[in-house]
Amino acid sequence: MALVTLKPYKTPELYLECYNISPDVFAGKTSAEIAELDVREGKTTVKLGDFFEVKGNAGKTPEETEIRVSGDCSRIKYIGNKMTAGSITVDGNADMYLGGWMKGGKIHVLGNVHSFCGIAMEGGEILVDGNAENYVGCAYRGDWRGMRGGTIRIRGNAGNDIGTFMLGGTIIVEKNAFIHVSTHAEGGTVIIKGDVQGRVGGQMVKGDIYVLGAVQHMLPGFKKVGMTEREVDGMTAKFTHYIGDLGERHLKVKGKEVYANLYVMAA
Amino acid sequence: MPKWITQVGCPYCGSSCDDIEVLVSDDGKKILETRNACVIGNEIFHHVSSPDRPKKPRMRQPDGNFKEITYDEAVDYTAKTLLKSKKPLIYGFGSTNCEGMSAVARVAEKAGAVLDNCASICHGPSFLAIFDNGYPSCTLGEVKNRADVVLFWGCNPMHAHPRHTSRYSIFPRGFFTTKGQMQRTIICIDPRETDTAKLANIHLMIKQGHDYDLFDAFRTVLRGHDIPAEVAGIKKDQILEAVEKIKKGRFVMIFFGMGCCHTDGRNHNVDIAISLTRDINSHTKASIMAMRGHYNIAGPGQVWSWQFGFPYCLDLSKGTHAHMNPGETSSVDLAMRDEVDCFMNVGTDAGAHFPIDAIKHLKKRPFITVDPNICMASEISDLHIPVRVVGVEEPGIVYRMDNVPIQFKKVVDGPEGVPSDEELFDRIYERMCELTETEPIWLPSREHAKAPTAAEQ
Ligand code: SF4
Repeated sequence: MALVTLKPYKTPELYLECYNISPDVFAGKTSAEIAELDVREGKTTVKLGDFFEVKGNAGKTPEETEIRVSGDCSRIKYIGNKMTAGSITVDGNADMYLGGWMKGGKIHVLGNVHSFCGIAMEGGEILVDGNAENYVGCAYRGDWRGMRGGTIRIRGNAGNDIGTFMLGGTIIVEKNAFIHVSTHAEGGTVIIKGDVQGRVGGQMVKGDIYVLGAVQHMLPGFKKVGMTEREVDGMTAKFTHYIGDLGERHLKVKGKEVYANLYVMAA
Repeated sequence: MPKWITQVGCPYCGSSCDDIEVLVSDDGKKILETRNACVIGNEIFHHVSSPDRPKKPRMRQPDGNFKEITYDEAVDYTAKTLLKSKKPLIYGFGSTNCEGMSAVARVAEKAGAVLDNCASICHGPSFLAIFDNGYPSCTLGEVKNRADVVLFWGCNPMHAHPRHTSRYSIFPRGFFTTKGQMQRTIICIDPRETDTAKLANIHLMIKQGHDYDLFDAFRTVLRGHDIPAEVAGIKKDQILEAVEKIKKGRFVMIFFGMGCCHTDGRNHNVDIAISLTRDINSHTKASIMAMRGHYNIAGPGQVWSWQFGFPYCLDLSKGTHAHMNPGETSSVDLAMRDEVDCFMNVGTDAGAHFPIDAIKHLKKRPFITVDPNICMASEISDLHIPVRVVGVEEPGIVYRMDNVPIQFKKVVDGPEGVPSDEELFDRIYERMCELTETEPIWLPSREHAKAPTAAEQ
């Protein structure tokens, strides 16, 4: 793996859109070429080197390229946009669209991320040590094909709209979530290890949700069907099994309707 | 002799009444009387003749006071400020005509601005729901003539849209609704006992913030499943009764307002309301409509969707394409995050409507207001440019809340030398072209006087 280090030395006046911070774009480039890559600040186009000190050449391919952003990226959007391989580590916070439309590779953020982390993700891994704002692993506005694959792990809390229109992949929130989990989902798995306020699985067609803490307000469209033992993220526990959303349309397999599953850990 | 002008449009609420009659003085300058308008509408027409109206742009001076300047100076300042900014925000358009909205789009594109309208803090969540789930809607005419079960969810037309209930939704006698109010079942969902709720046959006093849960209960019952004994503070029996009434209706109409799209979950509340409308259609006919606030707030959605493909929150800073993602490109979010470096408030009052923190952020940079009147935003601006009042001094196309376009009239002359929104934006655009040494592009449409004729092209 060839390591490219980006050290931020200047804070932008507004926000930087860095579509180019990705192993796919860096691959095959020298540090000088990387510093010349375009970034946007509003309607102006500037160079990556105007804001970051770039050290090290990239590998030949994205797979062989490792990017380390050693500093805070609270005003940097689109890190790891559409990446397919390689890895990115951010030593601080990252702004919106971290790992958006990502297909492969790994991203590790040591701080917090803003909204739209892993939007329309198709593969790869995102690990966030801190908290995430809203729309983790959601769909783009109006798109009925949300997250399709890959894994997002948020070690802290997450806001609302987790896995909206999700079709596949896994989202794990290790602490609490606010509202709207897997709304409109037709697949995939969401695991919330803490509590959720409500609207869990609204308009959900298919897929699984695990809540290890409490659901403060259960939706009326979810019905308790029994108790079950399940393995979740490396641990086994007893869960109350609900099916739903009974208000939503569902596919029929062999004449029987297939519902989405909600498992809430038994106290 | 003073003259009555008939079939005048009212430039106030989203009902966009087009049956107002206005008595105009001999010289065609003063409005003496109005007929048919509600209290609010009447006030709007009389407000125009107020002697305190500003008739010249006012620029903030270093000592903090305003000084009157010429329109040329105001146009020059605005053009230069927009060109200099990295990401200006142009917001408003709740109360102007489509011609003005179309003209500002040229300015916004040239400025690489974010272009947003009042839906951003109003029915924006409804747009998101419509993107996600479609919009099975109809016109207000259909409501008047067909609807016999009308739901008002989180809206209070008796106060916000005074003539809505008498022209369309509760009282009028229509083709299939010959008995008027007697024939209509009114269901109101509101945490308060509003004046609309007082008129309802069924009032479900929902626990605030639990709209989504109640919609889910309606849907679950409609699909024949059982629900808990109480949902969102409403007893199961009451929910079952409401669902029975809905199923028995010939044409069910759901009107929803801010109470639905601005409580927790926002777009999802509207989204599930749309799903419910679809479900009801497997039992009877049903339709849904947003209670849009201002007389032409549906306009920018129409005009900009046609021009750019999106109705609001348009980030045009890339110069090659429009990007829209409310939450990022929405005015209040941009302001709170310090993402813009110039603010232009047009035909609305961001000073009164935005959270105070958002305004504090925006006030760090140039702040321009375009509005006929003095408002909170104009008084904190660096520059206030007055324009003519659409629907009174300036004609134009407006879109009613059901997206029906209506031609509004001019009834009196505007103050001398004061331009319309469209004229002002065209002048700003021309000045921007001069400053950047580029050719202005005028659309060769019939309406646009400045467009070259086929022969010239
Ligand atoms: S209901 Fe609305 S549009 Fe009609 S007169 Fe009153 S304010 Fe004007």
